[in-house]
Amino acid sequence: MKAASFEYVRAASVGEACELLRQDGDAIKLIAGGQSLVPMMAMRLARPSRLVDINEIAGLKFVAPEADVVRIGACTRQCVLERDDALAARVPLLRQALAWVGHVQTRNRGTIGGSLAHADPAAELPLAAQVLSARMMLRSTAGVRAVPANEFFTGPLATALEPHECLEEIHWQVWPGHRTGSAFTEVSRRHGDFAIVAAAAQVTVDDDGRCTRASFGLGGGGQTPLAFPGLAAHLLGTRLDAAIVQSVAKDAAIELDPGNDLHASAGYRKRLAAVLAARVLHAAYEKAFTPSPALPRKAGEGNVLGSTQ
Amino acid sequence: MSEKLYAISVVVNGMERKAQVPARLTLVDWLREELRLTGTHVGCEHGICGACSIMLDGEPVRSCLMYAVLADGHRVTTVEGLAQPDGSLSVLQDSFCQLHGLQCGYCTPGMLIAAQGLLDATPHPSDEQIREAIGGNLCRCTGYQQIVDAVKHAAARLAEGSLSPRGRGTG
Repeated sequence: MKAASFEYVRAASVGEACELLRQDGDAIKLIAGGQSLVPMMAMRLARPSRLVDINEIAGLKFVAPEADVVRIGACTRQCVLERDDALAARVPLLRQALAWVGHVQTRNRGTIGGSLAHADPAAELPLAAQVLSARMMLRSTAGVRAVPANEFFTGPLATALEPHECLEEIHWQVWPGHRTGSAFTEVSRRHGDFAIVAAAAQVTVDDDGRCTRASFGLGGGGQTPLAFPGLAAHLLGTRLDAAIVQSVAKDAAIELDPGNDLHASAGYRKRLAAVLAARVLHAAYEKAFTPSPALPRKAGEGNVLGSTQ
Repeated sequence: MSEKLYAISVVVNGMERKAQVPARLTLVDWLREELRLTGTHVGCEHGICGACSIMLDGEPVRSCLMYAVLADGHRVTTVEGLAQPDGSLSVLQDSFCQLHGLQCGYCTPGMLIAAQGLLDATPHPSDEQIREAIGGNLCRCTGYQQIVDAVKHAAARLAEGSLSPRGRGTG
């Protein structure tokens, strides 16, 4: 036995978990998949005196598509989300990000909420949440509050979750329009390891291929994964040609504050960030607007790809 | 020291096992040390090497990243449960032998669980799918190629014989 001893409680409902947190939030850690918490406890980096098991709460496991949002229960396993074709059609970036998360064995057990609440700055799901401005619904006995991703991640392994709160569900915006594309990529020492740098982007274009909406972000480059809404705004109205993409990608990399470690220097991480940001923007654009004759077209639409009007 | 114990009931390889365990006992330690199912190996003990892979409710997971209490009420299959009821090797296990999918054998139980999980879900996997499925398992002997070959060989044998993935009851 490697972890320090702790008390174990299996919560039957979110209400019960919240009540336990209200009584003694500082001493409690919630355990879902445990894919990060159990190693931390084995190394005694985490030493909760009580573990509250939320794995058996059925009400925390769901994917609920609504008009312009998909609600996902925090304890939904990553493997379940990965296999969900309807989800992939509406929030494609999520499946693209999940493909980089750990390995089959860890995705079978790991949950979406666990990864977000753990908030590793190099983890894929927090980056996807930043890029898509996902909203975290945090429940306590006092009620529910919604926290947008950019306020949720406050530092390495730190979030806006108060000791008495439980991440209950995550709301993922669905971007309207059929010409939307997204992409995720990363460089790591071994596929499935945490990223040295990760990049994600989502782009919507009009029928002329001009960008009407764009978001992109980088992970592994600082205290939290970051999205760059100010820089993404420069892409609007453009066709994401090489010059503009390289310019915003470079500016995004400049904003990072990566660390030096055994695997990569800060300088290498910044250079990599600029390259990967440009790569995902181009890939997302290509998916949004593939100049393919096979593309189904509405009658009378008749625009020529690449024309200016 | 008297640590609080928790009652658990887990179906392990088809048999219900009840026990009283401390909360911090990992599932792999319970399987090996209490149930003496030592086929499952302990490697890194923090979720990197994959040697401790078992199936939880039919899907491969790492048993070093679970406490035994978390498995209460669930089904576990270890490498011992992959063999046929008479104890002879499954098609997958036999394919590892035939194609030298192991040398020292330390990673083998985890590899077999990962590969079996793949074959259960994907009876005709591509090379890429096989590599993805065993991507979370470290092997320091084979260079992986023979393991990929063994899984491919098993898939072909199973398809040919229309055997159930574990070959149970069909020989």
